[in-house]
Amino acid sequence: MTYARDVVALARKDLLLELRARDTLPAMLLFVVSTFVVFHFAVGSSPSRLAANGLLWVAIVFTALLGLGRAFVPEREQRTLDGLVLAPVDRSTIWVAKSIAALAFLGAAEVVALPVYGLFFHRLSGSAVAGVVLADVGICAVGAFLGAIAVATRARDLLMPLLFLPLAIPIVVGGVGASVAASPGRYLGFLVLYDALFSVVCWATFEFVVTE
Amino acid sequence: MGRSYRIPLPALAASAFVLVTLAIAMVFFVAPNDADQGFSQRIFYFHVSIAITAYACFAGGAWKAFRHLTRRDPRYDLESYVAVHQGVILGVLVLLTGSIWAKISWGHWWLWSEDQLVLFLVLFLFYCAYFMLRFSVDPGPQRANLSAVYALFGVVLIPVSFAAIRLAKNLIHPVVFTLQGPRFGGWILVTYCVAQAAMLVLAYTLYRVELAGKLLDSRLRELREVLA
Repeated sequence: MTYARDVVALARKDLLLELRARDTLPAMLLFVVSTFVVFHFAVGSSPSRLAANGLLWVAIVFTALLGLGRAFVPEREQRTLDGLVLAPVDRSTIWVAKSIAALAFLGAAEVVALPVYGLFFHRLSGSAVAGVVLADVGICAVGAFLGAIAVATRARDLLMPLLFLPLAIPIVVGGVGASVAASPGRYLGFLVLYDALFSVVCWATFEFVVTE
Repeated sequence: MGRSYRIPLPALAASAFVLVTLAIAMVFFVAPNDADQGFSQRIFYFHVSIAITAYACFAGGAWKAFRHLTRRDPRYDLESYVAVHQGVILGVLVLLTGSIWAKISWGHWWLWSEDQLVLFLVLFLFYCAYFMLRFSVDPGPQRANLSAVYALFGVVLIPVSFAAIRLAKNLIHPVVFTLQGPRFGGWILVTYCVAQAAMLVLAYTLYRVELAGKLLDSRLRELREVLA
């Protein structure tokens, strides 16, 4: 139970930080809405359902990237990562807490973005929303992990999308499938599988990312 | 720390040379022409065997990465990197041979309906990012750890991407399974096995050559530091 308590404490710290400084969430919101507007002018006034869904997924992945790329930057800049690693907690709690915080930001951005998408393009089906929720879990789990890797490199912001996008391709396949297919069950199942598989790998290997 | 059970490099190089020559000769002169694709189908002997060798390299790289994480020996890190490097080179060859076949068979250089090609494109992007990651961290235990972890992600990504590509194809048009066991026997099978063995031995030889070069390089640097 101490594991859960550590996770809650760490996640609470991140959320509190965001609540006071407000530098990630407004940026994500502004980004996702501007992306929709750019898309509208890029693809014309009435894109097909398939094309519009593609736009939604591209917007979600890039918005998530915007937030995840920043997830570990304050820890590095303020040198607090060393403190977290030295703290007497299981190192994987750092990753779990970061993923939860990232999930909260992405979820908050989507609470606004999905209705705006419905307003601008097409109404979303229930299975599409389920797909978004499941994809968010995978995006945040893998993204927080890669954020910790990217922040340890010289290239940082440059590297994050390069590391993340190849791993996000299966998520986009599952998400688009869940949004447009007639029987979305297998796509949702695939997303669950992806989330479970990559969460386990991240959880097991995070220790090596932050220690030497 | 030399390991005694290793095959000496000259013997490996010689056997790779003999096997590759034999494979080329068999592919062109022994294997029969395919009934409906004709001569161009012969590229498959190389395409498939290179693809499987590339998978073997990625798996080997991940295995060495895993060993590095458990043993913390910098030698495994180097071996993992060299294996992934060979895998990426072979992956480029898979993309090239696949493109040539697609051009001859379908008239296009690129086909999104070819699972194997699309998968190798995803893997190519993934492992290019691996190199970007590796060259953006200073050499040392941290670089070894980050590279090892990312290489492990690779072996999880291969089956997941494969499933994803299958699923994505379903979405655009349903997959028609025409895999009713192709006429796979006799000289076709023998030729394929020789080509596969040739590629595996060749890849292992190249891996050993690159590894020997890299080890020599680091040894030279150590000696220079001692002298300086």
